[in-house]
Amino acid sequence: MKFLKTTTFLIAAGLAQPLIAQEAGGRLDIVVQPEPPSLMLGLVQNGPTQLVAGDIYESLLRYNTDLEPQPSLAKSWEVSEDGLTYTFQLQEGVTWHDGEPFTAEDVVFSADVFLRETHARLRSSLAYVDTIEAPDDTTVVFTLKTPFGPFINAFEVGTMPMIPKHLYEGTDFANNEMNATPIGTGPFKFESWEKGSFIHLVKNEDYYLENKPYLDEIYYRVIPDAASRAVAFETGEVDVLPGGSVENWDVPRLTEMDNTCSTSKGWEFFAPHAWMWLNNREGPTSDVRFRQAVMYAMDRDFVRDVVWNGFGTVATGPVSSKTNFYSDDVTIYDHDPDKARALLDEMGYDGEPVRILPLPYGETWQRWAEAVRQNLQEVGIEVEIDSTDVAGWNEKTAQWDYDMAFTYLYQYGDPALGTSRNYVEAQIEKGSPWNNVEGYRNPELDLKWEAAATSASAEERQELYNEIQKEIVDDVPVAWLLEIEFPTIHNCNVQDLVTTAIGVNDGLRDAWIKQ
Amino acid sequence: MSLISTILGRLVKAVITLLAIAVLNFFLIHAAPGDPAAVLAGEAGAADPLFIEQLRARFGLDQPFHIQLWTYVKNVMMLDLGYSFRQGAPVIELIADRLPATLLLTLSAFVISLSLGIALGVAAAARVGRVSDSLLTTLALLFYATPLYWAALMAVLVFSVQLGWLPGFGYETVGSGYSGLARAWDILQHLILPAMTLGLFFMAVYMRMTRASMLEVSQMDFVKTARAKGLSGPVIRRRHILRNALLPVVTLAGLQAGQLIGGAVLTETVFAWPGIGRLMFESLGARDYNTILGVFLVSAAMVILFNILTDIVYRIVDPRIGAKT
Repeated sequence: MKFLKTTTFLIAAGLAQPLIAQEAGGRLDIVVQPEPPSLMLGLVQNGPTQLVAGDIYESLLRYNTDLEPQPSLAKSWEVSEDGLTYTFQLQEGVTWHDGEPFTAEDVVFSADVFLRETHARLRSSLAYVDTIEAPDDTTVVFTLKTPFGPFINAFEVGTMPMIPKHLYEGTDFANNEMNATPIGTGPFKFESWEKGSFIHLVKNEDYYLENKPYLDEIYYRVIPDAASRAVAFETGEVDVLPGGSVENWDVPRLTEMDNTCSTSKGWEFFAPHAWMWLNNREGPTSDVRFRQAVMYAMDRDFVRDVVWNGFGTVATGPVSSKTNFYSDDVTIYDHDPDKARALLDEMGYDGEPVRILPLPYGETWQRWAEAVRQNLQEVGIEVEIDSTDVAGWNEKTAQWDYDMAFTYLYQYGDPALGTSRNYVEAQIEKGSPWNNVEGYRNPELDLKWEAAATSASAEERQELYNEIQKEIVDDVPVAWLLEIEFPTIHNCNVQDLVTTAIGVNDGLRDAWIKQ
Repeated sequence: MSLISTILGRLVKAVITLLAIAVLNFFLIHAAPGDPAAVLAGEAGAADPLFIEQLRARFGLDQPFHIQLWTYVKNVMMLDLGYSFRQGAPVIELIADRLPATLLLTLSAFVISLSLGIALGVAAAARVGRVSDSLLTTLALLFYATPLYWAALMAVLVFSVQLGWLPGFGYETVGSGYSGLARAWDILQHLILPAMTLGLFFMAVYMRMTRASMLEVSQMDFVKTARAKGLSGPVIRRRHILRNALLPVVTLAGLQAGQLIGGAVLTETVFAWPGIGRLMFESLGARDYNTILGVFLVSAAMVILFNILTDIVYRIVDPRIGAKT
């Protein structure tokens, strides 16, 4: 179990000296899939945008693979005992890519003005913030209304990227023409974008960390077909396949190639957690015995081993084991068809068919839905698979038009950021596929979720989250499936590629190529 | 009727057809579930209703349906294809960006398939019944029946991965810094596999059609006359048979030409060719209404344009057609 320390952090830069000398220079080709709609990270936060823009933009903190905060634009920080005041000391001598100095005013503008207007996910954290102030050029103070345990996780680059005030203040953010040529403080600068082919970034020669970055340039390559992406890696056309860019069955073939490395690290902050929403409002899925029967009917180990080629971990409940405050002291649902049949008999299931909505993210998810259908049919549940495309999936889940729907969500390092939104009653609202879509109501637990989010004590939070996990797993509001793993595959000459909890997204600052 | 007035009449009809297509497309695309705001919000991994409302207002999706339709038709009539909110650029720019790559690919495939198809068809007809004819027709049948997607992947596996002769995908070597002739040579190498793959199917069609048509025409009386007056075999084939046999081929070529813009989605996807087909396909998934409608409209305009051109070519190949009307 991991605890977040809320006491003082003061970490000097250059903590550990590397054993091998990094070599400067070289070019890296990385697959980006699909092509991002925009690189302006303050406006668009989809996966591909975060992957590319994480080199251009920076935030106050980075996180290591144990989710502990590390310096980034903030060189040190302090959280008061009562959990209400967060004080950041910024690095000195940082400039934007256009040469203007980066100051505390930019931080205030980014968090308080720009992102408050544009960033839905950060906005829910900012609701706990009373004021954001810059007493001098290198100090920023966030003052909270009430303690908010996960707030220290809100300073990741996809959550709170720093936006240049001198270019955006007083403009129409969405239509600012600078969006096409993003300006950040990061280790790489935007150079060009051939739509449909590649995005070219070049080294920021004025980067504030000495000798960094090591690479001269990066090409993000747009290759729309999964099989072609695998071929691109085989022929050496690209050096890095970020997690999820090839189909699972290609992974073993690629990783067996000479000089090929792969790692499952670098996803700890996101900890993608897959489940099926079970519509708690109507039909057989509204009966808790039916939902438990679904859990016992599914052979999740089989899916992990066959559909996911052995990648991933069977989920025990709503919180990922990679996320802070995870607890495994819960009811474990093993594959037990007899138990499932007994539960169905007990509730008097009459064979009413249920519709499964697979996630339209490629072949793996389609096969997963077929595996679940087979498991459910084995215990006598009638199943229809209801296929659609991404837009249709969004529409159907957001309008609650389903019985069982596959999904996976990011956890963002803390149950209060990525987990509770799917289970508390206040988050039942049509129109979004990212809230309590299943319609689970448990007022008693709602109080605990709230108390756990707003406690300043990590011990107390752990206590509350243990209780929540124990209780909610018996209710089966959704059918938890897997903690998904997306291995990053790369040429072994690429060193120090994945060193943080968001992996390749911000890893290129430290990456280098062994000649 | 003179050629000019025929063309003018066709153009007037074309404009009306195009407007009808624009309206129909608009209804179709709005009938699909989901909208661009929901997709964008979905990709962000988190969204509150306020965020989605903001997006809808920005995209003009909060307006009543008939107002949206009217705005769209009005813009189309002023040749304004609108703005892609997803990509933050005018649609016409997005299309113009992708147009050269697509035209290069589809025109090359067009030329390859038409020239090779006709040549092989003529050759096969001249050797009808012999082994070489059977060989050619069997080959054509094979190309005709092979799914494009599979052929593309196999081409990459064989010529790029195994043999290493040709680049497997992309439009040019990324970051090579080539210019002038070196760049043209580089692009040409990248072009060969996708253009051949895309051309194979139509080549087979042209070949089969040319062969059948040649054989049919060669039985006609005027061919016997030509032979009787002592003309040589090749001259009869070229001047008398081929010219008469070409009409059905022209019809098909007109159909293929109509697909020059939107017909290469699969090839562009497998070969990572930065063309319009992919722009359309990706925009469809993202419900980027303005971009899809823009690509549809330009494609429709191409089809209509090539129909008119086909009619003109008919008159050149067979002057009797203009005389009859």
